[in-house]
Amino acid sequence: MEFLVASAIGVMTAAGIYLVLRARTFPVVMGLSLLTYATNLFLFATGRLAINQPPVITADAISYVDPLPQALVLTAIVISFGMTAVIVVMALRAYLETGNDHVDLPGDASPEASDDDWKLRGHKQAAGPGARKGGARA
Amino acid sequence: MNHALILPILVPAVVGALLVIAARYDRVLARVFSVASMVAMLAIALGLFVIAGDGSVRTYALGAWPAPFGIVLALDRLSALMLLLAAVLGLGVLLYAINGWDLRGKHFHPLYQFQLMGINGAFLTGDFFNLFVFFEILLIASYGLMVHGGGGLRVKAGVQYVVTNLVGSSVFLIAVGLIYSVTGTLNMADLAVKVPQVPAADQALLQTGAVLLLLVFAVKAALVPLHFWLPGTYANAPGPVAALFAVMTKVGAYSIIRLYVLAFGADAGEAAWLAAPWLLPAALLTLVLGMTGVLAARSLGQMVSFAVIGSMGMLLATVAVFTEQATSAALYYLIHSTLAAGALFLIADLVAERRGLLRDRLVLAPRIAQGGLIAALFFAAAIAITGMPPLSGFIGKLLVLDGVRASPHAVWFWALILSTSLIAIVGFSRGGSTLFWKAHALQAAPASAHRPDALPFVAVGGLLACLALLTVFAGPVHAWLELTAAQLYAPAGYIEAVLGLAGEVR
Repeated sequence: MEFLVASAIGVMTAAGIYLVLRARTFPVVMGLSLLTYATNLFLFATGRLAINQPPVITADAISYVDPLPQALVLTAIVISFGMTAVIVVMALRAYLETGNDHVDLPGDASPEASDDDWKLRGHKQAAGPGARKGGARA
Repeated sequence: MNHALILPILVPAVVGALLVIAARYDRVLARVFSVASMVAMLAIALGLFVIAGDGSVRTYALGAWPAPFGIVLALDRLSALMLLLAAVLGLGVLLYAINGWDLRGKHFHPLYQFQLMGINGAFLTGDFFNLFVFFEILLIASYGLMVHGGGGLRVKAGVQYVVTNLVGSSVFLIAVGLIYSVTGTLNMADLAVKVPQVPAADQALLQTGAVLLLLVFAVKAALVPLHFWLPGTYANAPGPVAALFAVMTKVGAYSIIRLYVLAFGADAGEAAWLAAPWLLPAALLTLVLGMTGVLAARSLGQMVSFAVIGSMGMLLATVAVFTEQATSAALYYLIHSTLAAGALFLIADLVAERRGLLRDRLVLAPRIAQGGLIAALFFAAAIAITGMPPLSGFIGKLLVLDGVRASPHAVWFWALILSTSLIAIVGFSRGGSTLFWKAHALQAAPASAHRPDALPFVAVGGLLACLALLTVFAGPVHAWLELTAAQLYAPAGYIEAVLGLAGEVR
């Protein structure tokens, strides 16, 4: 079980980091979600892995698992859930206001950013046949 | 138990909630509530500052749960000092913002209150999971404030800022988990007791956790190589918000000073002074990179952002020496750089408001309205932040240079601090002469359409007056800071104050 949990955390973290480094907001949001899942699992595992043991001490319990990490995970889940909502709304807003969903600021963005721009696309089609080719490629 | 300890968290929490519910549509009511709350926070911070001056550490156990099991708030000289600093800057910035900035988007005042709640909480808490929670509170509020007023560029910079900090939060949780898995505690004072007892086999886990935690605080404090988010965020944030954010980088610096002196200090056995070898080179690099950025900046906002990075480098390098004398110098520099950076961000906004589409870019433009007064304010603030006599920056640098003399790395400090000061002076002179001086060569009459409002100038002047006070009373302030540093480097008092509570109950 240790191997399963450890590799799950590792794979999710790796995938999360890869996605966070992508250029567009949607993969970045997915990556952040994966990172928080991995973190939550990791926090859960810091209380040691145990099966069939109660987290609350009773008079007849022989042993118990540490309940604190479970409380921490609960807090972390609530916060990360709220944060995901915030970042999704902000990403949408940025897409609507700037016309593309690239994470980089306009000065540093790759040329693709203006190809993907839905605001510019409208202008290009209106501008004429030469510009339409650029618009169609996007 | 002293209930006054929780007031700096409770007041903004209650007022913030009230503002959301009751004062959503009434801007006068919102402003009155917001300013009243800020004044109350300043009064409370002053009170706590006086109380903490007697040198004992006061604790407040939430729900009366004893210390290692429940969450405690702890007030010592350092916490009281940071609370006071946040309240002074908060009030100055709020006075600036209520002159119109707060109406450019929704919910400015509630977010402002929650931001201060998070900042105050981070300064007071004695539990590092609770520190995570207060970090999140101040970050959530800062996400809202950062995009206040909207605009494509600002929202895009806001997305970058949020992503950086969400990754930072994940790392924070991993670090907390690592430390908890080895020591079984989340209380900072209890951690200080447990760290020396950690067996050799678990040292690797403990130290990994501690260094990861340092990484998170370094993100907050904008330490190279984790500084990349700061210029984009601060230069694109609304002016008053950027000025308030000047204290946010100091939350990172505060956490580093608190945790790495208390729990990973002289008594930590194998993990003693864990932070120093990482912090020192990174901070010196930050100093160089920040001040070079001042020279390369293309707008006034960017220039001040890089000056903030540079001053964080200087501050943390001095902290990384980890001696009493250096720490007291670093704290003096911390107060100074927070107020100076806040004032400069407000001045950058004053300039940007008056130059139309050019905003605060460093290009030639006709003279601006009230140009003389703004130029004078900029001159004073620039002198302060570059560390020229007679203002507090000079005294701060002098104290730092003197404080690190005993360190084996003193030669690096002297060489880098003195040369980067020169670079910063050149950078700020270039910015000032482009914005204010060369404008006189253009024949166009100054744009006078802007109606002069007194309040923004009062706010900026107030912050600069605090700098002047800090200069005049440098002696008493530094004596107080020496006592603060002495209290920090004798952690037994803090540990006893926090855990003694548990002793009584048992």
